[in-house]
Amino acid sequence: MRNVATGIGLLGILLLLVGSYVGLFVAPPERHMGDVQRIMYVHVPTAWIGLLCSTFAMIFAVAYLWTGRNRWDDRLVGALEISVILGGLLLVQGMLWGRVTWGIWWTWDVRLTTSLIMFLLFAGVLALRSFVEEPLRRATWSSVATIIAYVDVPLVYFCVRWFRSLHQVQSSPETVHSSMIIPLRINAFAMLFIAIWLIAWRARIESKSRGAERPPERIEIQGAQNG
Amino acid sequence: MASATSRLPSRRKAVFAIAIAAIAAILIFLAVGGIGENLVYYWSPSELLSAGDQAYGATVRLGGLVAPGSVVRSADGLELDFAVTDGVERVPVHARAVPPAMFREGIGVVVEGRLSRNGVFETKRLMVKHDNQYQPPSEGDERSLEELAKTMQLGADDT
Repeated sequence: MRNVATGIGLLGILLLLVGSYVGLFVAPPERHMGDVQRIMYVHVPTAWIGLLCSTFAMIFAVAYLWTGRNRWDDRLVGALEISVILGGLLLVQGMLWGRVTWGIWWTWDVRLTTSLIMFLLFAGVLALRSFVEEPLRRATWSSVATIIAYVDVPLVYFCVRWFRSLHQVQSSPETVHSSMIIPLRINAFAMLFIAIWLIAWRARIESKSRGAERPPERIEIQGAQNG
Repeated sequence: MASATSRLPSRRKAVFAIAIAAIAAILIFLAVGGIGENLVYYWSPSELLSAGDQAYGATVRLGGLVAPGSVVRSADGLELDFAVTDGVERVPVHARAVPPAMFREGIGVVVEGRLSRNGVFETKRLMVKHDNQYQPPSEGDERSLEELAKTMQLGADDT
């Protein structure tokens, strides 16, 4: 499994190099936006894979609450951390792109606001996690907090269709030229593979550190108060 | 561990049920609580003009297309006059702002400011709203004003 994950990660890095090369040097500039539109080739995949990783986190949280198996808590940590990293990158990329095309770094429109809330919520779950020392309680609380935080994720995706916003609605193959679709898709798969690799890696680290925690956990479970 | 896994599932499922109930409560609140009415990021020219006296003085955002042929730049480049239209009404705008490079006739804009009594919308914050079209320079943009206006989401269904 470990070699498979590393292989997926290396494939992802390779694809990211190829996709970024195509996006920067092969794809045409946008007719109105010019070269700055090329940030799309990282911004849109960051959004897609970030939302996907938070969906993974929600699924892992449900799986943990359902089965009680530690391996789902390990994967939950990985998915949460990658979601927060991608969510932070998404906000920074969006501010850079927005400054040039919209003329502003930030505005409280519905897409930007729900995205910031998403970033803060998942960062909050990680913060909550770091405050709870008892492993069973930590895993349960993290899972519940993740599921509650996930409510914002569909809002991030659909809000631009439901409400007026400065941010445009989703583009599609009908609105994006085929020469621009290619690097977009390559980078999306690249970031998906890198995210899977990092989540698997992080889960393995969490699983190993859990081994160090196990003795006190067992003593507590065998204690009289749990009888 | 065996004692832990045999004892905990029922409690965990209770927690799970509480989490699901919390989500359902939040979603019902969002759906019923009229949050949509508070999420109008900008008004269309028609909405602004039909608001009557309420339209004057309050800081609001006005969104629409830059009316073709309406842009007049001051000699020093620091001020800008144009009209914002939704295809039905138009509101003259006076901007003390340097527009982003994307600014042009026919593009979507959102301006933050207030409507003065002489009917001119005064703004210092001019934002370009572009649509979801990404095309190379070889593709001409031949959409009509009505088609472009649709990208501003000004239809009655989303208010």
